Amino acid sequence: MRYPPGVSQSDFDRAVRQFESSIGAEWVFTDEADVDLYRDAYSPLWGEEEEKIPSIALAPQSAEEVQSLMAICNEFQIPVYPVSTGKNLGYGGSAPVLTGSVVLDLKRMNRIIEVNEENAFALVEPGVSYFDLYNYIQEKGLDLWIDCPDPGWGSLIGNSLDHGVGYTVNPYRDHFEAHCGMEVVLADGDIVRTGMGALPNAETWQQYRWGYGPWMDGLFAQSNFGVVTKMGFWLSPAPEAFRSGSVQVMRYNDVHELVRITAKMMYSGILNSNAGVQSPMQFAIGQNPEMHERYERANEEDIRILDEFARSNNTPFWSSQFKFYGPREIVDSSWEYVKRQFADIDGVRYQDQESLNFPMPYEELMQTADENHLGVPSMSVFQLGNRSNFNPAGTNGHLGFSPVVPMTGEAVLESNKVLGRVLREMGGNTVFNVPPYSYHQRTFTILVGFTVTRDADTNRKTREIFRELVKVAAEHGWGEYRTHTAFMDDCAAAYSFNDNALLRLQQTLKDAIDPRGIISAGRYGIWPKHIRDTEGKGVATINVSKEKEGDSNV
Amino acid sequence: MSRPFLLLVLALVSSELFAQVGDRANGKEVYEHWCSSCHAPGARKHPGTSALEFIYKGEKSGVLEERLDLTPELVALFVRNGVKIMPPFRKTEISDKDLLDLGAYLSPQR
Repeated sequence: MRYPPGVSQSDFDRAVRQFESSIGAEWVFTDEADVDLYRDAYSPLWGEEEEKIPSIALAPQSAEEVQSLMAICNEFQIPVYPVSTGKNLGYGGSAPVLTGSVVLDLKRMNRIIEVNEENAFALVEPGVSYFDLYNYIQEKGLDLWIDCPDPGWGSLIGNSLDHGVGYTVNPYRDHFEAHCGMEVVLADGDIVRTGMGALPNAETWQQYRWGYGPWMDGLFAQSNFGVVTKMGFWLSPAPEAFRSGSVQVMRYNDVHELVRITAKMMYSGILNSNAGVQSPMQFAIGQNPEMHERYERANEEDIRILDEFARSNNTPFWSSQFKFYGPREIVDSSWEYVKRQFADIDGVRYQDQESLNFPMPYEELMQTADENHLGVPSMSVFQLGNRSNFNPAGTNGHLGFSPVVPMTGEAVLESNKVLGRVLREMGGNTVFNVPPYSYHQRTFTILVGFTVTRDADTNRKTREIFRELVKVAAEHGWGEYRTHTAFMDDCAAAYSFNDNALLRLQQTLKDAIDPRGIISAGRYGIWPKHIRDTEGKGVATINVSKEKEGDSNV
Repeated sequence: MSRPFLLLVLALVSSELFAQVGDRANGKEVYEHWCSSCHAPGARKHPGTSALEFIYKGEKSGVLEERLDLTPELVALFVRNGVKIMPPFRKTEISDKDLLDLGAYLSPQR
């Protein structure tokens, strides 16, 4: 059995006996073979000394059992790391930030407590996956849609707490924004309900999110202040129809008008789903050294020649895809309205894409361009990195660098060039580079993907590039919206206004809410007081002291 | 995968699982819940099927349910170790009993 850092073997042995009597020995995993199943399968630190490996794992089945386990951990000051379904692959999976932490595996807490069709909400436990909720709704024949991220096996609660996103309409596609009400077990085993849930016999826990007094829910996302054991989510009434189409513009500088109008349509509520901007010329420019140099430099003469190059290829320089959900008359007229807004751009083209009516049989939904955009969970996204003709060896996983940038043409051009320059200069293992996309309502997010391998040298190089991207992006005012556990300190360090004032406030809260510092040490850069850098010099030194602590005790 | 771990898995499989007979009906449920989203027919939307079709190139089916050469040991090996982008499954997801049943379901009827 492995032991956590900072806990004596005799104390841990006593704690394990108490865990076993609390939830049953069957659900206390101490054998290394069982615990190794909690390693991060997509770890960019795989097999290296720095890889984050848990000591043991606990699998409670109820909030009461979580309370009991937390009280024991608190008594012995045992670091504990809750995971919902453990499928946050690319962001750390089921492995802790601090090696030796005890994983609190909430997968067995998989009850769908309520799905309310009339008021369109669900109340679920952490082990409920998007597949589970989708199947439940289909089996009951409810007139509701879910919004799911790319892979459907993840937890609604876990994804939402990590600020995960999906692809249908506002506000459902921003999964934390779509939540309403939580139940949280605190470090000492106490249990609280947020929002209207604080009212005994509350009848609007999943309908009115603010409750009374300061709103606490944000404290429990991307943090380590409690263990969320129930959470409510707003669901969308199933729409009647779906329509998609693209707008294509021909010249380099058309990107500014393309994005300006897109943003205006979004802020007006005409477009209520994701949109992005990509360049159909990207490949041709990438293959042509002269054009690539001109694209990088982009002076007046370069732009004139680039436009000519696009014209000779009969290819638009930029395109955006738009999606509409709702009644048939409204989606059709919205698409026509949006097209008219771009009519003043010389040479603009439009392309009608899918036009669907619901309900559709599942088999037909799975034949559409992307079922995830229609609220149907799947695993299709794992084609990425799969073994194929393009990539015969396949990959051992992926991770993404994903900074948030403004929704402007200028930011599209600038981020493309700045991040592209880092990638080109440093080489590395980039697998995909997703163009700016509005995963969130008022911004674009860039997604630079890396393959993860079982080769330490390759992974080390990937980490080096990733850290450089974090640094360079921050210099331009772009920060990550979410990150892998290996880079949480780096990304937190970038949010450094006024000598890391935000992190210092988060540390103050951490010390107050979890004074013995047992929950998810290091998550999103928040370290507990007893292993935090004592001089308060920032996260870089915290990192060093943490590693020393881990090495000496594990 | 390390050799000691492989031996441990095989030892566990042989001592605890082979001695029992899996419940194929439950194995089918386990398959549908945990495996079919990647391994069902249709390579375009099922990455497991797509990868196996690429590997076997028609020599064997890319669909696990159509395979005639799977054994409980092999199923257990992949479920507990993963392969490439398929991660391993924890015991809170697929218990040892469910794994036995899954192995029975995916193996040709004996």
